[in-house]
Amino acid sequence: MLEVGAPSRSSATTSAVLTKRQGDASEAELIQRVLSGQEEAFRQLVRPYEYAVFMAAQAILKNEADAEDAAQDAVLKTFTNLAKFRGDSKFSTWLIRIATNEALMKLRKQRHQRLHDSLDEPRKDDDGDYIPRDFADWREIPSEALQKKELRQALSRALAALTPKHREVFVLRDVQHFTIEETAQLLGIRKSAVKTRLLRARLQMRDALAPGMDGSWSTGRREYKPVRPW
Amino acid sequence: MEISCEEVWREISNYLEDEISAELHTRMEEHFKGCKHCSAVLDGSRNVVRLVSSAGAFELPAGLSDRLYQKLDRKLSERSESQKKE
Repeated sequence: MLEVGAPSRSSATTSAVLTKRQGDASEAELIQRVLSGQEEAFRQLVRPYEYAVFMAAQAILKNEADAEDAAQDAVLKTFTNLAKFRGDSKFSTWLIRIATNEALMKLRKQRHQRLHDSLDEPRKDDDGDYIPRDFADWREIPSEALQKKELRQALSRALAALTPKHREVFVLRDVQHFTIEETAQLLGIRKSAVKTRLLRARLQMRDALAPGMDGSWSTGRREYKPVRPW
Repeated sequence: MEISCEEVWREISNYLEDEISAELHTRMEEHFKGCKHCSAVLDGSRNVVRLVSSAGAFELPAGLSDRLYQKLDRKLSERSESQKKE
């Protein structure tokens, strides 16, 4: 159970954080303000990472409402534990780790509740080699592609179709730009596992998005369908 | 030494990350020159990374920014209420 109290930390520790992360001076300053009781500074501190917090939770939970709930828990926990932030990592990494943990905890609870969850069924090994399903040419990103609602929807669909363990790695590395090492630390897995999952996720996303006469993002199909079957 | 398409696919993500040896990098580049399938897979994978990196690639639920602080605000106001009572 979380205790909500004014976070506190000795000024010496705070100074150490300030010195260590000079590049994030304003961030360290905000942390210090929150710790000294100016709670309103907390939103300013978290605001740049709201997208990242939500995406980290959604990558694990898939469901938007659950992700939002976990993200809210993460924000609360971050505030409560701010005094424990030692500045050894970036604040953003620490925050995302909390969001990731909250989402994982929620996922575990859900699995526990559903005794016959399909996750308990024997799982096929999906860390094996992934073979690209088509070889459609996709040399250029269409200009203003992201302005197209269809493409944004196709991106979301393709992301949702990844398995949780591939999605979380893909989101942390490619959407949120954590390094391979940071991603491994955040998820508590080996770097080699991050690389393997990232490969599959990227190839699967490519298969889903490569445009063409029969491309999934132009037809709205949910399932992967080879653009040019061989 | 010639590298197969299967080996290229296995390493294509590491190639994008520049997490392969110089020797393998050279072999893969040679392969891409002569294999349009693998070049297409490489270009597509690179495009995926670029697309999802772009701002606005994924939309956040409307009003999320405010709702994100709901639980914190509730706890803070409960604490404030209990302090007033004391």
